[in-house]
Amino acid sequence: MSQAQEIAEEMARRSVRTRWWLSAPALAVVFLFAIAPLAVIVLYSFMAKGDYGDVKYWQFSLDGWFSVFFERGLFDDSIGIAQAHVSILWRSVKLALITTVVTLLIGFPTAYFIAIRPPSQRDFWLFLITIPFWTNLLIRTFAIQEVFRNEGVLNTVLMWSGLIREPLKIMFTDLGIFLGMAYVYLPLMVLPIYASLEKFDFRFAEAASDLYANNRNVLWRIIIPMTRPAIIAGCILVFIPALGAYVTPRLLGGGKNLMLGNLIELQFGQGRNWPLGAALSLTLTGVVMLALLVYVRAASKEGRSHG
Amino acid sequence: MRLPILAPTLSGLAILAGSSAFAAGELNIFNWGEYTSPELIKKFEETYDVKVTITDFDSNDTALAKARQGGNNFDIVVPSSTFVPVWIAEGLLLESRPDQMENFKNMDPRWVDVSFDPGRHYTVPWQWGTTGVIVDTDLYKGDPNTSTIFLDPPPELAGKVNVVPEMGDVMALAIRAEGGQDCTADMEVLKRVHEKLVAAKPKWVAMDYASIEKYTGGDYAAGLSWSGAAMRVRLEAPRFVYGYPKEGYPIWMDNVAILKSAPNVENAKLFQNFIMDPENAAMISAYARYANGIKGSEQFMPEDMRNAPEINIPPEFVDKGEFSPACPPEVNDLYTRIWTDVLK
Amino acid sequence: MARPHSVRHQRGFTFIALMCFFLLYLPMATMVVFAFNAGSTVGQLDGFSLRWFRTALANDQIIEALLRSLTIAPIAAFFATVAATMAALATTRTAPYRGMALKVAFINQPLMVPEIVTAVALLVVFSRVKVWTGYTGLGYIIAAHTAFCIPFAFLPIRARLETMDLSLETAAADLYARPWSVFRRITLPLLWPGILAGFMLAFVVSLDDVVITEFIKSAGQETLPTYMLGQLRRNVTPEMNAISTLFLAVSVIVVSLFFLLSRKKT
Repeated sequence: MSQAQEIAEEMARRSVRTRWWLSAPALAVVFLFAIAPLAVIVLYSFMAKGDYGDVKYWQFSLDGWFSVFFERGLFDDSIGIAQAHVSILWRSVKLALITTVVTLLIGFPTAYFIAIRPPSQRDFWLFLITIPFWTNLLIRTFAIQEVFRNEGVLNTVLMWSGLIREPLKIMFTDLGIFLGMAYVYLPLMVLPIYASLEKFDFRFAEAASDLYANNRNVLWRIIIPMTRPAIIAGCILVFIPALGAYVTPRLLGGGKNLMLGNLIELQFGQGRNWPLGAALSLTLTGVVMLALLVYVRAASKEGRSHG
Repeated sequence: MRLPILAPTLSGLAILAGSSAFAAGELNIFNWGEYTSPELIKKFEETYDVKVTITDFDSNDTALAKARQGGNNFDIVVPSSTFVPVWIAEGLLLESRPDQMENFKNMDPRWVDVSFDPGRHYTVPWQWGTTGVIVDTDLYKGDPNTSTIFLDPPPELAGKVNVVPEMGDVMALAIRAEGGQDCTADMEVLKRVHEKLVAAKPKWVAMDYASIEKYTGGDYAAGLSWSGAAMRVRLEAPRFVYGYPKEGYPIWMDNVAILKSAPNVENAKLFQNFIMDPENAAMISAYARYANGIKGSEQFMPEDMRNAPEINIPPEFVDKGEFSPACPPEVNDLYTRIWTDVLK
Repeated sequence: MARPHSVRHQRGFTFIALMCFFLLYLPMATMVVFAFNAGSTVGQLDGFSLRWFRTALANDQIIEALLRSLTIAPIAAFFATVAATMAALATTRTAPYRGMALKVAFINQPLMVPEIVTAVALLVVFSRVKVWTGYTGLGYIIAAHTAFCIPFAFLPIRARLETMDLSLETAAADLYARPWSVFRRITLPLLWPGILAGFMLAFVVSLDDVVITEFIKSAGQETLPTYMLGQLRRNVTPEMNAISTLFLAVSVIVVSLFFLLSRKKT
């Protein structure tokens, strides 16, 4: 094994340049069409807001950033922490966290289930997961509404079967939001986990099993640690979009409470405060980016000590 | 390794470039979604041999932001009355002088000298309506013509009220209910408005652009609604009525204007003139269920619209309605903060 | 207790998975049922009819929007997957090198930013480009979609690569196989499920995008989601159910064909 390792390392050293070439297309596209335009947003966050949306070009102002964190009292002159923003942020983080957990609890077993099908069937099950997502998000959300409503499919079936007398209130409740969000983000969790589980070598499990480990132990001690990168990838893919999500919470939860996504959209829309919108979104981006950077650093360090 | 990737890129680009060639007779309309009658467009295309494309927007702010940035080839845009002065002030609209067009004689005099475009130098009415309340009369026996339906819902409606998530509409109704003027910056009034909204919110079930079936299916029993939407609900479920809040309510009008940057100005002018014809204006209304501003179009409208109470404002409520202006920036700022605080 | 021969069995997993599939298809089934509904309101069954299919297919705007979505999604997903695969190969199975962590964060960046922000930024930039070049085609939408699809393709492919065994490739390299043929004969087939997963994710994400497309579309560039967004404020008609049902039917047929063909091969 050590010889192979040496070869691999030699190859790695030689290929750092190749690696830059290989990643060039992705880097270029992301840079040109996602990162460079953000310079506009950075610039906007430091400008005075325009009267009807947009900004006053080259009139610099810190108002946008100021009002991310602080607010003047609505009806007096006190200056305090922007409580509305804090509670909206907290609600969004909570929602994203719970969504991620729910999606993981449903998604991992599902991915596992697909991964242990006979190889010829796996693509079929995989497609089965994605097909519902080929219908548009709004249509999907409306369809979920039809299922959850007081007089919806689920309640009708449950009442007909005699399991419940009163309709379950799911629509316009937090439960409705979580179930709906889990539905919407499911493939983002299942696909990466599946892609990694599918390659899991069950001889490891058999070996452990020979050593009298039961299946749950195998799962916790071997399978989950070995698929950890994929689990984390799935969690990132679900958590971050969920943090900015607002269509699903609005339609299933009733939209009486703002989410971070709504708050930002409000500033670029009816609120006509683009600098605040820009500053809010940069704050969000910064936090998430930092977390991800820490994760990648930690993961690669760990990888090195293992290797 | 890079060549096989590059090849499809180039051929892909070639195909894309080809598709954007300009035809001689074109007209690009930028309008609210689900708002443009296909029959009207077909008739226009056949009459003038012009190919029309329709592109949707979903809010005045998005439309304004896009038009301001430019480069989109739009000819016609349909901003709401509150926004027309902004569009004009920003120099985005062409002074196409509809008032000198052949069919201008058909325009209802009531809509000629409007505050947002006096004398109609820029715009032609598309449709107009009101913002009011809708309520299920099976559940609620009281007077429907009041904002208290959503601002202070009676017990039988509590927990069944839906409010459209439009800051401008909600604030306008709430301010009038508290005796204030449009776009008021009077902090005493706004404080009461804030308290009222905070107290009312727990009694709302949702803030949603309600689709008809939410009302007909019993999820919502009342709400803040636009007149045309309320009418479509009533046509499905006659137990619903539309109420004109006696405390005062906003009237709005969406207007057809030509962009200064329009590539097809002549066709756009033809279109402005075209929709001032009563028969054509009726087609607009028949599709989206709002009134237009053209005299004589009633006779071409569907039966169920001619006497609809959502379109013909009852005489006693006519003077309660007013066009709302676009609020000044600092006032809008104030409202946004109240709104954020209510919805936090 | 698990059956002795099956170390793969995890109690409860099959149940959760099957429930998951059931719940996944329950709304879909509802949608299909209402597509055949005679009445004009969703949520209230009034007998069987094909009228919504007829009106949907006669609605040029819907059909054009659908075709446009179906043009953009595969192209964007294809480019995104190719770029993401290359980038994934470049950032895995190696000792960390200078800038690798940054590179990964960079590629994942489109995920970090709320859509509305990217949308506004692209609106400003693309509008200038449109004015300068005079080109207003679909290229802008495809470019933007490709960019935000890349992380969605990148993460599953990279996850797959990270858990892939090096030994086969090293063995092949030991036998003096050329790098390209090692890649084609060994790496690619092993990586294929990851690539497929990445492509499907990218496809789905592109097909679903509303906000960015809404901001950067030019005249006559309505996609199905932006068309729906326009309807949301007014009224969503059962036509959309009919279109989605057709779409679903087509995808099921394609998938079944794919499944049958791949079965024949093995």
